[in-house]
Amino acid sequence: MNYNWNWSIFFEPAPGGTGTYFDMLLRGLWLTIQTGVFAWIIALVFGSVIGVLRTLPSKTAYWIGFAYVEFFRNMPLLVQLFLWFFVLPELLPRSWGLWLKQMPHAPFYTAAIGIGLFMSARVAVQLAAGIASLPRGQKQAATALGLTTLQSYRYVLLPIAFRIIMPPLTSEFLNTIKNTAVAITIGLIELTGQARSMQEFSFQVFEAFTAATVMYLLINIIVVTGMRFLERSLAIPGYITGK
Amino acid sequence: MIEIRHVDKWYGPTFQALKDCTTSVAKGEVVVVCGPSGSGKSTLIKCVNALEPFQGGEIILDGIKVNDPGTDLPKLRARVGMVFQHFELFPHLKIIENLCLAQEKVLGRSRDEAVAKAEMLLERVGLKDHAQKYPAELSGGQQQRVAIARALAMDPIAMLFDEPTSALDPEMISEVLDVMVDLAREGMTMMVVSHEMGFARKVAHRVIFMDRGEIVEDAKKEDFFGSPRSDRAQKFLSKILSH
Amino acid sequence: MFANFDFDVIRRSLGYLFLDGMTFTLTLTALSALGGIIFGTLIALMRLSGFKLLGRIAGLYVDFMRSLPLVLVIFWFYFLVPYVGQWVTGASRPISVGAFTSALVTFIMFEAAYFSEIMRAGIQSISKGQPAAANALGLTYAQTMRYVVLPQAFRNMLPVLLTQTIVLFQDTSLVYVLSMPDFLGAASKVAQRDGRLVEMYLFAAVVYFTVSCAASFAVRRLQARISIVR
Repeated sequence: MNYNWNWSIFFEPAPGGTGTYFDMLLRGLWLTIQTGVFAWIIALVFGSVIGVLRTLPSKTAYWIGFAYVEFFRNMPLLVQLFLWFFVLPELLPRSWGLWLKQMPHAPFYTAAIGIGLFMSARVAVQLAAGIASLPRGQKQAATALGLTTLQSYRYVLLPIAFRIIMPPLTSEFLNTIKNTAVAITIGLIELTGQARSMQEFSFQVFEAFTAATVMYLLINIIVVTGMRFLERSLAIPGYITGK
Repeated sequence: MIEIRHVDKWYGPTFQALKDCTTSVAKGEVVVVCGPSGSGKSTLIKCVNALEPFQGGEIILDGIKVNDPGTDLPKLRARVGMVFQHFELFPHLKIIENLCLAQEKVLGRSRDEAVAKAEMLLERVGLKDHAQKYPAELSGGQQQRVAIARALAMDPIAMLFDEPTSALDPEMISEVLDVMVDLAREGMTMMVVSHEMGFARKVAHRVIFMDRGEIVEDAKKEDFFGSPRSDRAQKFLSKILSH
Repeated sequence: MFANFDFDVIRRSLGYLFLDGMTFTLTLTALSALGGIIFGTLIALMRLSGFKLLGRIAGLYVDFMRSLPLVLVIFWFYFLVPYVGQWVTGASRPISVGAFTSALVTFIMFEAAYFSEIMRAGIQSISKGQPAAANALGLTYAQTMRYVVLPQAFRNMLPVLLTQTIVLFQDTSLVYVLSMPDFLGAASKVAQRDGRLVEMYLFAAVVYFTVSCAASFAVRRLQARISIVR
């Protein structure tokens, strides 16, 4: 391969005068983490509510949960981001739309909310499956003790279900972080975006992408290790999950 | 105490699980419900605290109509203890927390009050040393005794037992039955779905025999064991008693 | 709110959107799924082969691909494929491959990691007695896999493979980052040219939604049928 490798490129100043190319990538990494975590919080909150709705005996609740999940699951994330970013402001009353368009950090908030809602549908499916996997008697026992439906979920069903679905939730969290790269299309200069601009400025394609790749791998290792630790510290003595 | 009048229950449009069931349990009375599997006995007992909805008839619990839409079901259920076939302890909570949860969240007892009550009851079922363990660390018989203690912690006016010993290994059955016998002798109102005819002979006042959703026989213990009137009950008894 | 909508822009560009854009998308989806399943099956077989080194390499490949955002992988291959092509053909300069080829290689390599996990689960779900019975009949390892294990694994996993293909169908929209003329790219081009972002993106959303919904509905029916037969 006649490609001119130049690994010292990272320590050369990047155009724009805000430090080296390496600083540029670090800024991207930080934005990736921020967007990912913000989106994950949204995904967890909305996913939990919708996941619970899907397990209630009420038909209406089930259908709301079903429609919500199908809506967010059957459109590419990229298209959803375009809807939030380009279409929504035009459909709102003019003054609101204007406010949205002029909002500072619009790509960040759009990405965090858009990706969060997209992922919430997947969290909901996981959680609903986790709750459904619990023995029916657990809900009955909680009910028989006089706990209300809300209390049964809060104190009995959710604490067990969340422990059971910890492994799939770990991958969904990683998916959330990875999906932030899609926001490059609405102008969020996160890690992949910074690697891309580094490639455009410096022409050192493979160094830029290698560095981004290593950073993504590091995020993965840290998250997986952290979640394993969390899983272990929340494990119930003697209880085999999946039973 | 428990009045069951003309209760009908359907699963779907075709299958009738309960057919015109009428019986009652007086205060301080111990009634054993037996019958072949699928006869509706578990369904009937779950109708008493409205864990299962039913379509026809009415059930009155201590003067309160269970199937009245205006009834505060959580409050009513909190006053009736229930013990399940598969124990249904909450696996993520320590034994002591299993006993305290509903005391605090439903009855609004203080932490100290709840713990004192829990410890007293654990002592009574002989499991005080296990208070800080998790359910999965206990044997089946121990778990079922905890489940009984958990129900008693609510100071119930009556206790419902749904096949409390049928999921237990043979050598653990007696430790659970002993607790139930003590309870019966203290004058607790009990409705027990069980095949333990020894238990029935010892403490029951009445025995109900169910088959295919109907109450076929509802007799004083002496009459039931002396000369069951129906063929079906006779056949059932001869099968059960032959082992 | 829809008063100043120009729905005619959609009608005018239908030919371009579907004949060019959707054809690109569907061809890319179908070929990537096919290649991804074949390559993914090979990876799965490597992982289950019992040769430690082979299994480790396959496992690393899967973990590696699954750790990276697809967008980054698309960029990687876009720049890498010409160099690899040069190396393979012995040309003096990086060869230019078309946008479609580049995208196809990307998706096959990327999705193979996901398909391999599905196939691995499928192979593991076959009872151990099946290969044992095949061996007892004198079939070789390759024959056992080809005629006994893989057909069953594939059949059991068909709904999951198809569901993953629906995900792949949606994922192909990401070639947008290389300005490729897939369905979304086509819609976007018209949107920019005529200044009709709202109409075009809404229409694109509706089309993706309809296709995905219909496909997942079909998969669900298939799944129900398979589970009855079993």
